[in-house]
Amino acid sequence: MLEFIRQLGRGGISQFAKLGRANLFMLKVLAGFPGLLRRPGLLVAQLWSVGVLSLMIIVVSGLFVGMVLGLQGYNTLVDFGAEESLGVAVALSIVRELGPVVTALLFAGRAGSALAAEIGLMKATEQLSGMEMMAVDPIHRVIAPRFLAGFISMPLLAAIFSAVGIYGGYFVGVALLGVDDGAYWSQMQAKVDLFDDILNGVIKSLVFGWVVTWIAVFEGYDAIPTSEGVSRATTRTVVYAAFAVLGLDFVLTALMFGD
Amino acid sequence: MSDIPERLDTDPLVSIRGLRFSRGGRPIFDGVDLDIPRGKVTAIMGPSGTGKTTLLRLIGGQLEPEAGSVHVDGQEVARLSRGALYALRKRMGMLFQSGALLTDLTVFDNVAFPLREHTDLPEPMIRDLVLMKLQAVGLRGARELMPSELSGGMARRIALARAIALDPMMIMYDEPFTGQDPISMGALVELIRLLNDALGLTSIIVSHDVKETAAISDYIYVISQGKVVGQGTPEALGQTDSAWVRQFMQGLPDGPVPFHYPAPDYAEDLLNHDA
Ligand SMILES: Nc1ncnc2c1ncn2[C@@H]1O[C@H](COP(=O)(O)OP(=O)(O)OP(=O)(O)O)[C@@H](O)[C@H]1O
Ligand SMILES: [Mg+2]
Repeated sequence: MLEFIRQLGRGGISQFAKLGRANLFMLKVLAGFPGLLRRPGLLVAQLWSVGVLSLMIIVVSGLFVGMVLGLQGYNTLVDFGAEESLGVAVALSIVRELGPVVTALLFAGRAGSALAAEIGLMKATEQLSGMEMMAVDPIHRVIAPRFLAGFISMPLLAAIFSAVGIYGGYFVGVALLGVDDGAYWSQMQAKVDLFDDILNGVIKSLVFGWVVTWIAVFEGYDAIPTSEGVSRATTRTVVYAAFAVLGLDFVLTALMFGD
Repeated sequence: MSDIPERLDTDPLVSIRGLRFSRGGRPIFDGVDLDIPRGKVTAIMGPSGTGKTTLLRLIGGQLEPEAGSVHVDGQEVARLSRGALYALRKRMGMLFQSGALLTDLTVFDNVAFPLREHTDLPEPMIRDLVLMKLQAVGLRGARELMPSELSGGMARRIALARAIALDPMMIMYDEPFTGQDPISMGALVELIRLLNDALGLTSIIVSHDVKETAAISDYIYVISQGKVVGQGTPEALGQTDSAWVRQFMQGLPDGPVPFHYPAPDYAEDLLNHDA
C-alpha cells in the first residue's frame, strides 16, 4: 500500500517535471524562429514533408466525411421537408467541428508520429548530440523548422479538409439525391458566418496545430534513446495528441459557442 | 608513476583537475587529473564502460563535472556561456563512436554541413573543401552515397572528414579503430598521425585497441574504476611495474582489472529467488 502511494507520488512528480521540460523546450524552439527567417530553405523542406505529404490522407478523408454528412443529413432533413438546408448542415458541422478536429487527429497520426519517430531516432543515433558538438543547436536547426511547419500546415490542411468535405456533401446531396443546387449554396452563404463559424474554426485549427506539433516534437526530443524508447514516444504522441485535441475542442467550443 | 614530473607541461590544451562525475549514483570518475599537451597524440585507454566516452563529453561540455574542473585552451568548459561554448566547440572536432552522420543528407552534404552552418563560403569553395577532406579519408568516390549505404568503417571515415571540415585545433576520436579492416585500419592509423602533424592538431584518442593506439600515440593514460591507473609513453607503459596497467596493455583476462560490472556475489545471486 505504502509502496503504491510512493509510486503514485513519484509518477506525479515525474509528470510535472516533464511538463516543465516541455515548456522550457517550447521557449527554446520559439527562440529558434528568428534564425529560420534567414534560412527559409529549412522551413520549406519541412513544409513539404509535414504538410504536402499529409495532403492525400486529408483530401480523401475530407471527401468521405463530407459524403457521409450529406447522406446522413439528407435522411434526417428530408423527414421534415427541410432538405434544402443540407448545405448549411454540412458546412456548419464541418467548418466548426469536424474540419479542425478530424484534421488534427489525422495530422497527429500521419505527421505527428513521423516527427516524433524521426527526432527520436536522430537522438538515438547520436545525430543530435553530434550536431551539438559541431556547435549547431539541434533545437534551432532540427526542431524549430519542424515545429513551425506543423503549425503552419495544420490550419491549411483543415481548410482544405473543410472545402473538400463541403464538395463531398454536395456530390451526395445534389448530384445523387437531388437536392436543389442553388439552395445548397445559397443557404450556406446566408447562414454560415465569417466570424462566428469560419474564424472560430480557424482558431481551433491553429490551437490544435500548435499542440499536436508541440507534443510530437517534444516526445521525440525527450525520448529514451533506444528503439523501444522511440517506439513508445511515437505511440504517446498519437495518444496524447488525440486526448489534447478532443479535450481542447470541448473547451474551445464552450468558449466560442457557449452563450 | 615515475614520469609524472615530465608531464607537468607548461601550457596543456586540455587540463583536467580533480574531476568527479557519477551516473545513476555510481561514480564514473573519482578524482581524475590529466593533461593533453598541444600538438601531440594522446591516448586515453581503459576497459569498456570505464567512462572514456563520458570523458570526451565532459571535455566537449555536453556534461558537467560534479566536482573538479575541465579547462580547454585556458577556458573552464562548465563555466562558459552558451555562445562561448559554441565558439569553443567550433574549434574541436569529435568523431563519435557511431559516426553520428546525418541520415537525411548525402556523404557530401554531411561533410559540408559544418561549413554551411558556420561559414558563408560560396558553394564552389565548399565543394573544393569537401572534396579535399573526402580525398584525405580516401572516400571522394563515395560522395553521392547516403549514410545508410555505407559500411560502419566507411561511416567512421566520413565522420572523420566532417570532423576536420572546419580545421579544428583538436580532434577527439572515440574508438576510431573498431570496425575497420586491416587495410583501412593501417590507413586510419597513418591518417590520424598525418593529420595531427601536418595540420598541427592536438589529438585525443579514446580506445581499447592497445596495439594500434600504442603505435601512434605520444602519451597514454590508462583509466580504470574512476582513476588514472597508469600513464606514460607507450614504451614506458610497456615496461611498467603496475599490475593493473600490465594486465590491460597485454590483454590478460585475469588480474586486478575486473571483467565484471559491479554485482553481488554470483552464487548468492543465483540462489536468491525473491529479488
Ligand atoms: N546516459 C547514461 N545514463 C546512465 N549511465 C550511463 C549513461 N551513459 C553511460 N552510462 C554509464 O557510464 C559508464 C561509462 O560509459 P561510457 O560510454 O563513457 O563508457 P566507455 O568507456 O566509452 O565504454 P566503451 O569502451 O564500451 O565505449 C558505463 O558504465 C555506463 O553504464
Ligand atoms: Mg565509449
